[in-house]
Amino acid sequence: MDDLTLLFIACAAVTYATRCGGHLILSRFGTIHHRVSAALDAVPTAVMAALVAPSLVTHGPAEVLAIIVSGLIALRAPLMFSVAVSTAVLVGLRAFI
Amino acid sequence: MKMAGLNLSDDDLWRDSLDGIRDVLPITLGVVPFAGVFGALAIEQGLSLGELALASMTIYAGASQYAMLDLMGQGVPAWSIVLAVFAINFRHLLYSASLGRRLAAFSTGQKVVAFFMLVDPLFASAETRAFKRGLRPAYYFAYGTVLYATWTISNFIGALFGSLIEDPASFGLDFILPLYFTGLVIGFHRRPNFLPVLLVSVAASLAVWFTIGSPWHISLGGLAGLLAAALLSKPGEEVDHG
Repeated sequence: MDDLTLLFIACAAVTYATRCGGHLILSRFGTIHHRVSAALDAVPTAVMAALVAPSLVTHGPAEVLAIIVSGLIALRAPLMFSVAVSTAVLVGLRAFI
Repeated sequence: MKMAGLNLSDDDLWRDSLDGIRDVLPITLGVVPFAGVFGALAIEQGLSLGELALASMTIYAGASQYAMLDLMGQGVPAWSIVLAVFAINFRHLLYSASLGRRLAAFSTGQKVVAFFMLVDPLFASAETRAFKRGLRPAYYFAYGTVLYATWTISNFIGALFGSLIEDPASFGLDFILPLYFTGLVIGFHRRPNFLPVLLVSVAASLAVWFTIGSPWHISLGGLAGLLAAALLSKPGEEVDHG
């Protein structure tokens, strides 16, 4: 195998390790403390928010407004509707700003 | 069909699969340019189609693959590339710890494949599904397979026709991923302490992003939110199934 193939396989291996590792570690513990359980329930909110946050400062006002619109609509409506409307708002705003 | 004590008819399987496909469709529009540009860049870096296929189909983690390509171009040692990929993908440890609790209906073999497919949108959608209707394999694998196929096929289209890609910004496609993730985050607004967790994560992410820099804002910002959730937790407080 050449170096590039080895590099890709190593990257794939560490990535898969992260994707099953959390479950493997957690499943070694029988009972979970309520604070650990609360932290795990917060994973989707916390990590996804941390992932998106820089988008608020790396673009312009059109993108910030589109994120706010997407969030507000998602409080009430299905995700698909929120993505469609906020994307349309973004395209519109970019044409004017 | 019997599955982990649940009696599921073919109708339920069909319904689950269709729901998975319906939920993944909006994000495929964002994944096409993201994956297409990666394919074009990989070819530009001198990768063959076979090498691109090996990288994309085994690693299957877009953001870390962009970083990997970038570092390969800088000629840094291989171990530091692997370390960077691990750092960017560290968040999946948290995903699998949380999602593992929702996979009661999955066999061991299904779990092995499910964790391979565990990318950001699939994680958040599976968490959402777990509290709405219960998470079953048909939903998860329908969503995951469409996303994996979209990623792989778009890589090849980008690799073959990279020079022909229209500017994705003109249709807002370049920004669909953040908008989709925002909608997913807000979808968790009924979970305990949603607002403090959200604000702490965003603030910590931005603080890290401006100081230490990318990709640490994802893991450190996320961990700050988890810490807030743990500190605010009271015994017996359950997730609102709404």
